[in-house]
Amino acid sequence: MCKNITFKIYFFVIFLCLGKTCLAASTDIEYPSQDWSFSGIFGTFDKASAQRGFQVYREVCSGCHGMKLLSYRHLSGLGYNNEELKALSAQFEITDGPNDDGESFVRPGRPSDTFVSPYPNEQAARAANGGAYPPDLSLIVKARADGANYLHALLSGYKEAPKDFNVPEGMYYNTYYPGKLIGMPQPIYEDGVEYADGTKASELQMSKDVTTFLAWASEPEMENRKRLGVTVISFLIVFSILAYFSMKQIWAPIKKKV
Amino acid sequence: MSKNKSKNSVVEWIDYRLPIFTFLNHELNEYPTPKNLNYFWNFGSLAGITLVVMIITGIVLSMNYTAHVDYAFDSVERIMRDVNHGWLLRYIHMNGASFFFIVVYIHIFRGLYYGSYKAPREILWILGVLILLLMMATAFMGYVLPWGQMSFWGATVITNLFSAVPLVGESIVTWLWGGFSVDNPTLNRFFSLHYLLPFLIVGLVILHLVALHRFGSNNPIGIDAKGKQDTIPFHPYYTIKDLFGLSVFATIFAAAVFFFPNFMGHPDNYIPANAMQTPAHIVPEWYFLPFYAILRAIPDKLGGVLFMFGAIAVLFILPWLDKSPIRSSQFRPIYKLFFWILVFDCILLGYLGAKPAEGIYVLLSRVATGYYFFHFIILLPLLPNIEKTRPLPISISEPILSSSSFSTAAAVREKK
Repeated sequence: MCKNITFKIYFFVIFLCLGKTCLAASTDIEYPSQDWSFSGIFGTFDKASAQRGFQVYREVCSGCHGMKLLSYRHLSGLGYNNEELKALSAQFEITDGPNDDGESFVRPGRPSDTFVSPYPNEQAARAANGGAYPPDLSLIVKARADGANYLHALLSGYKEAPKDFNVPEGMYYNTYYPGKLIGMPQPIYEDGVEYADGTKASELQMSKDVTTFLAWASEPEMENRKRLGVTVISFLIVFSILAYFSMKQIWAPIKKKV
Repeated sequence: MSKNKSKNSVVEWIDYRLPIFTFLNHELNEYPTPKNLNYFWNFGSLAGITLVVMIITGIVLSMNYTAHVDYAFDSVERIMRDVNHGWLLRYIHMNGASFFFIVVYIHIFRGLYYGSYKAPREILWILGVLILLLMMATAFMGYVLPWGQMSFWGATVITNLFSAVPLVGESIVTWLWGGFSVDNPTLNRFFSLHYLLPFLIVGLVILHLVALHRFGSNNPIGIDAKGKQDTIPFHPYYTIKDLFGLSVFATIFAAAVFFFPNFMGHPDNYIPANAMQTPAHIVPEWYFLPFYAILRAIPDKLGGVLFMFGAIAVLFILPWLDKSPIRSSQFRPIYKLFFWILVFDCILLGYLGAKPAEGIYVLLSRVATGYYFFHFIILLPLLPNIEKTRPLPISISEPILSSSSFSTAAAVREKK
């Protein structure tokens, strides 16, 4: 019987490896692994870091990148309370309408509004960025293999191009971008923002913070999910043990009969 | 329940007019089952339960999903972010598809190893292959619904396969799409069919069970039960064993759902579909990879499609390809060896399906594809001529006692 369970696990591992292989097929570059607060089955988001990351997004990234799947109210997941969210969203200008006269109008934001997009449409975004389209960042960590490490590597991957490497006008050399040429100029510089909580805004700090924020934005349910997972799996393990011994007891007469 | 057991007069009143309780008692309670089934016999009930889980989560998801190219992606994200426990429903459904295939593939290889497709269970087996085909169609169309990059390009690649049909190929593809490219009509019909097909699967599962209960389960030694001493009632023995199996399965399933929900998916499917931008590698879900490898191994497009469908079609005639009267591999030393080679071959095909079609991978795909068909079409019909099978035990009761008494029973028989 032990042998059979081993078999089961064995099969499962094989299928998992198979799944892993198809993931591996899409990753050609290895990204340096960072120590993320949210990795592992007990990992949670470092809220202070994510709040700083939101500040980096707001002051740096949001000039070009939208996050249209997020509303300001979602930021309660980073620890902001209702009053803070009302104040925060009111700082943004939302184009709403039509009103009773059939006109569009501009009003202060509300927590229920989605994040303001930097451009009205994709064409406008491309026109302003030399033909390149700054992708929406709502899901960016989930939409890239090894997303968090990739983003962190990318943000710190701007290097001097090798002499024989031709960098065209409007493109930038980045060791971690596929093809090594990226349309986005280096976004993060030391002291690019002044953190509200007084943390020193080094390049490394900013890139870690904004990655933590974007990881949260991609999987806002993650903490709930893992917490519920621990409960469910603990229950199932206990249940499996009870079921196992019930089975043993029920089967005892059959196994004994000679 | 049978008359002597039932104390409830309402139950009796109903049962006299509609013998549903007698039926349930007969098929789920007293149903005689071989007493020597091992854990590989758990996977049938696991597959059935997974189907139910998929249908329930699917129905609730569809209440929140919008089948339109402009809204599908965002409606799925709304489920993930704003619907209460929507992430849980979607992750169960998404990982459930993978686990459904894991369970069903093990169930199928169990059938291959223990010869469960042999007379008189041919129709049972064929119904199972039909279920597999419908599952594949359902899973493929389900993967299109979130309208991510892999959804769109997977749909484009797979529907384009039909253009390989001579003369009418292009027309068939236009007909499937409902237009001249994968677009809103395609998404709408895929949603409709994705909702419909699982219920057809339920119908086939019922027939699968009817055929199963005609002769009962096969068993690890593959000889028929010779009487009451060889069987035990399904309840409580196999209900509790299935419950234990289910709880172990659910634990592993939950670990995937709660801790690694995107492990078996592809990150590109979190990028909204874009007809102007082809992903670097278009790969299907892992459970299609072996078939994808066969498709790409054949240099000709039509040939590739035929071989890919042939890989399933060959399973329909398997009961007549395998000429050996002995069911279980335990008594077929050569078949047993080739069975494991086939398992390895299928895993290799899966690996190759995930690799780009270039260099050594192409050659390996062709060898592995060749072996797959060799196994079924050449090896199985010829094997009985050269294979010296081990002597069968006298009955199920004897070998179940212990492995030592099994070998003595076999030895006794050999002496005779």
